[in-house]
Amino acid sequence: MPRGYGVKTVFLWSVCLALSLGAARVPADGVFDQYRDLMGDDNPAVFVIDEGEELWFTAQGPKSATLEACDLGLGSGVTAGAYVRFPRYFADTNEVMDVEARLVHCMTTIQGRDLESVTAKPYSLRGDLGTEIEALVTWLAAESEGETIAPEQTHAAEREMYVLGEEIFFYRAGPHDFSCATCHEQSEMRIRLQSLPDLTSHAGAANAWGSWPAYRISQGLVRTMGWRMRDCFRQQRWPELQMGSTTSIALQTYMAVNAAGGVMSAPGLKR
Amino acid sequence: MAGRIKIRAQKKGDITEVKALMRHPMETGMRKDEAGEAIPAHFITEVAVFHGDQTVMQGHWGAAVSANPFLGVRFEGGEPGDTVRVTWEDNQGGTGEGQTTIR
Amino acid sequence: MAVKGVTGKMTTMKAKPISRRRWLQWTLVLGAAAALPGRVWATLVRPDAAFGATALDQALAALGDAPSAHEGIEFVTPDIAENGAVVPIRVAVDSAALPNVTKVSILVEMNPNPLAASFNIPPGTEVYIETRVKVAQTCTLYAVVEADGQLFMQSRETKVTLGGCGG
Repeated sequence: MPRGYGVKTVFLWSVCLALSLGAARVPADGVFDQYRDLMGDDNPAVFVIDEGEELWFTAQGPKSATLEACDLGLGSGVTAGAYVRFPRYFADTNEVMDVEARLVHCMTTIQGRDLESVTAKPYSLRGDLGTEIEALVTWLAAESEGETIAPEQTHAAEREMYVLGEEIFFYRAGPHDFSCATCHEQSEMRIRLQSLPDLTSHAGAANAWGSWPAYRISQGLVRTMGWRMRDCFRQQRWPELQMGSTTSIALQTYMAVNAAGGVMSAPGLKR
Repeated sequence: MAGRIKIRAQKKGDITEVKALMRHPMETGMRKDEAGEAIPAHFITEVAVFHGDQTVMQGHWGAAVSANPFLGVRFEGGEPGDTVRVTWEDNQGGTGEGQTTIR
Repeated sequence: MAVKGVTGKMTTMKAKPISRRRWLQWTLVLGAAAALPGRVWATLVRPDAAFGATALDQALAALGDAPSAHEGIEFVTPDIAENGAVVPIRVAVDSAALPNVTKVSILVEMNPNPLAASFNIPPGTEVYIETRVKVAQTCTLYAVVEADGQLFMQSRETKVTLGGCGG
């Protein structure tokens, strides 16, 4: 349920809204080039990649098992190139799953861990060094670095998920009547100095899908695409987007399919 | 996990360039958690870079150095195969260490 | 605006508890320092007063006499940072233009404690530092170097932006 907000927040939100609706088509490109240049290549996400890899090979849960038997769609234990095929249908669960949902499935079935505890805190709070899910997703994305984005769309359920995702993308709701499209349907838009990618276009979607998970400078954490969408929901004053929910999977399917053909370069570096 | 350091050391002409990335929250002590409690300060206070047994850089840090800190230094000499080490200590008595060879 | 993760070869080692080996290593360092001819070895003692200062002039006073601007200091900071939590900076001093630099300090004027870092540069090491600092708000950053007991500086303003929707 949306939280109540104080006067200051409403004011800021109104300003933000006004800015976004009234924003001229001035690209923010180039403003941060010097900043990125000085930053260089050293991305703290590299630690999280290592942490994810370690977790994959760490025996956990009542079954004291690693995740090596986890099938991410390319066969048991195959991690290289698996991330780029998500979201996808899995026969064993008879549903379309994103990476996070599939990891949870493997944690509960292979490791015997309790669903509640595994999903209780999927995303870090600031100051944490990251959750298991975040680390695993980061490592898996890195295992697809350089690969072509190619979410499976062969199964009817996968195609239905795309259609559902598209519907949700354009669905206006919440106290400000926002949809994803409000911010992400046009090119060369921005809020303050943050570029707003056009996620309905291949280029915009490919850049977005290919650069998450990303180390988020403002938080000192690597965040997944699932988290990013959840934060959009928060900014739209929508109900909380649950990890592994149909909504989350549908929206990711929509973006990943629009991004198909692009190249994975995650983990990226974001504000 | 805590304590890790990723180091790259490269010979460039007459100098060796070292770039190190360290895993550390660099908590200032000024942030509050979800419950409103101040999160204790936890940051690297001393950092050092060694080429063999020579100290090539020694630094004192405050909490204003960014989380997961980065340090780039350059020193004269060094040959591919030489060892470069980076060490740190933090205000809570923690330490970190890492090494690499010059390429 | 993605930046590729690092792909260069690196090695890591896990944290070790403070060990005898490390103590020996510091002893070696101090011993080596004591053996250096000529040049005064910059103290390894942490400048607590300077780090504790809550105003720029206080911090500078704790570092030494008032610094004068020097063209030989190259101080690079972004004109505008995407986020104040991580602001990359670079300090480089041409030893021909400004010789005998033994210390480099970085200060951020509007931070609660302006002194962010202070580096001791031994002989044989370039006066060159790249690091990343937190900048609480748009303000002036300072690179202050010590050479032959005197302080010199360069300064630059870095703008810090708010994020897209105020975060």
